Amino acid sequence: MKHIISALVENKPGVLANVAGMFAARAFNIDSLVVGRTEDPDLSRMTIVVVGDDKVVEQVRKQLAKIVPVVKVKDFVGKPVVARDLMLISVNAAPEKRPELLSVIEMFKGKVVDIGQKFVMIEVSGPEEKIEAFINLCRPYGIKDVARTGTIAMARHETSS
Amino acid sequence: MSKKSTSSAGRKKAAGSAAQSKRKPGAQIIVDTLIEQGVETMFGYLGGVVLPLFDKLYDAPINFIIPRHEQGGCHMADAYARATGKTGVIIATSGPGACNLVTGLATAMMDSVPLVALTGQVRTALIGNDAFQEADTTGITRPITKHNCIVKDVRDLRRTIHEAFYIASTGRPGPVLIDVPVDVEVAECAPKDDNEFKLAGYKIQKKGHSRQIKAAAKVINESKRPVLYTGGGIISAGASEQLRKFADKAHLPVTMTLMGLGAYDQHRDESLDMLGMHGSAYANYAVQECDLLIAVGARFDDRVTGNVKSFAPNAKIIHIDIDPTSISKNVGVDIPVVGDAGYILGKLSEQIEYQPRKEWFEKISAWKSKFPFRYDDSPNSLKPQYVIEEIYKQTKGDALITTGVGQNQMWAAQFYKFSRPRQLITSGGLGTMGYGLPAAVGAQAGQPDALVIDVDGDHSFNMTMTELSTAVENKLPIKVCILNNGYMGMVRQWQQLFYNKRYSKSYLQNPDYEKLAKALGAEGITVDKKKDVPGAVEKMIESDGVFVADFRVEREENVWPMVPAGKSLHEMSGLDILESMA
Repeated sequence: MKHIISALVENKPGVLANVAGMFAARAFNIDSLVVGRTEDPDLSRMTIVVVGDDKVVEQVRKQLAKIVPVVKVKDFVGKPVVARDLMLISVNAAPEKRPELLSVIEMFKGKVVDIGQKFVMIEVSGPEEKIEAFINLCRPYGIKDVARTGTIAMARHETSS
Repeated sequence: MSKKSTSSAGRKKAAGSAAQSKRKPGAQIIVDTLIEQGVETMFGYLGGVVLPLFDKLYDAPINFIIPRHEQGGCHMADAYARATGKTGVIIATSGPGACNLVTGLATAMMDSVPLVALTGQVRTALIGNDAFQEADTTGITRPITKHNCIVKDVRDLRRTIHEAFYIASTGRPGPVLIDVPVDVEVAECAPKDDNEFKLAGYKIQKKGHSRQIKAAAKVINESKRPVLYTGGGIISAGASEQLRKFADKAHLPVTMTLMGLGAYDQHRDESLDMLGMHGSAYANYAVQECDLLIAVGARFDDRVTGNVKSFAPNAKIIHIDIDPTSISKNVGVDIPVVGDAGYILGKLSEQIEYQPRKEWFEKISAWKSKFPFRYDDSPNSLKPQYVIEEIYKQTKGDALITTGVGQNQMWAAQFYKFSRPRQLITSGGLGTMGYGLPAAVGAQAGQPDALVIDVDGDHSFNMTMTELSTAVENKLPIKVCILNNGYMGMVRQWQQLFYNKRYSKSYLQNPDYEKLAKALGAEGITVDKKKDVPGAVEKMIESDGVFVADFRVEREENVWPMVPAGKSLHEMSGLDILESMA
């Protein structure tokens, strides 16, 4: 099962190596890992997607929390969450193909961010499945390049009842 | 978020505030901070980038022991910590010096030993340039330390060292390494007199959850066939007394891991001695047949469990540990209690009732009389087990024992009966050959009045024997008993049992240890007859100095019983051999 784990870490050199090294040393697989700063300059947020049974992921969560510069760890599994990937994709699109491609882009709420003689570069964001679907729809045109961020996520605000 | 230091050293800091306002070089700050932490003895080896630090150590009121190799020094600091309960300190230079600490740090990490390692580093401007004696010390040691960091600003030095001691010695203890570039040793600042730790991510849960404790007490009270399985965590937590009270009150049989030996007096009837691969048959049978296993400060290591799928198959499992990652890592646990062993055992003791468990204890006692640890005691052969029994007898069970790794270690665990915590110092988790001798040096430095005996193997001893000079120079009167079979004994045993007796590369030519001892300024003796053992042991114990006894023991003796790798605990080999000796 896929788990999205969010870790708040100290913004210090070596922390990424520490986390990545722990995953490698304990033979845990990382699907994706995203690091970025937070509103507090001393803290960064790591969002790690891990696939494994609950027992393995529980061990991952505890091993992460044990690393001294890791401040807080949350596993979003089973919780309402907003999860997004961002992708830049460069697709072969001769002028006569463009209207058709543009309608696909529109359906996915994507954006054309660069355009050349033969290629268009598109920005798409959304849940992982949406990104995958968009890639599949682009395949017939010919994909030149793909760059993806990996998943970032945040828990939804509780709806009080 | 910041954390206030609660250590006594933390309180001491405030008192010295006047002295703290003066500007000082980083090297002086390091020495002053070590003294604030109460460091009396430390270990270390000089090198280029730690020259400023050693210059400040010249007048420091610290007993400083120089090993012959940084690995030896690291084992000494580790064993000093194990013998005293204090945090060990080791200093090494950059590059090769730091690299030589690796085995020692990994040994301390696996056995949860509080250690602070200070390494010099090339100057900040050169880092990453492949400078002379540069190595990425924090990168190399990250997986084998509880925490490590590099200090690039002299103003962070004092706080970082205090944090290192705090992290090393609290929770599940472990080694912490601080890498200090030489320019930071030289740079000056007025050390700030604050106790604010910047450790937002370091939390320890000391008090176990009261509902979990209550649930544990209930199943203990209901249990017909319980076993208490205790590890090194009891010793780290200083919880031997609480363990004894708890075991007495609930009336429980107690088995210990190798790391846990000494936590519970093995002379007591309720002791099942060591369990696991070379544990007692009665401990292993009891674990396999128990209906409740109460694990305290132990981590279900593969040398303890055998095949995990069939480990304690009929038992509910309670696991008490300060480290949440130990829970359900190898074996699924029914009632986990995360917290300090002493605290939780104390709370549990309030909620449990004495149960006679007559049938269970009768069964255990039958196993005990049928399968004690035994060896062939014929007068013509010098058995290694006999040497240990003789040492045990003549030291009245009171010596502090260190060991190498392999057969010597297992025989020491089987045939010396330990009665107090910190009495056995051995490399359990990592299984570091060569640990015994430097460990004896470190332990003797920490316990000057103890009779410290290294029960070693010849191959283990060969790995670090240079540290004999360190013992002699520092007048640390350790005794070394080499159970010399000319083989890498445990490896040979496996080759005999599993590789058709093909003794591939498991023997080498040993020096004359008696002459070697004398050359290095120690006393030495060679014993090759059983009848000479008592006299030699007596001479060794009577000696005031460093003493090496070379016992030329039976070459192909095996350690029994043995749970072969992958088998269940009750599927022990060698029980027939032991019975035939009865």
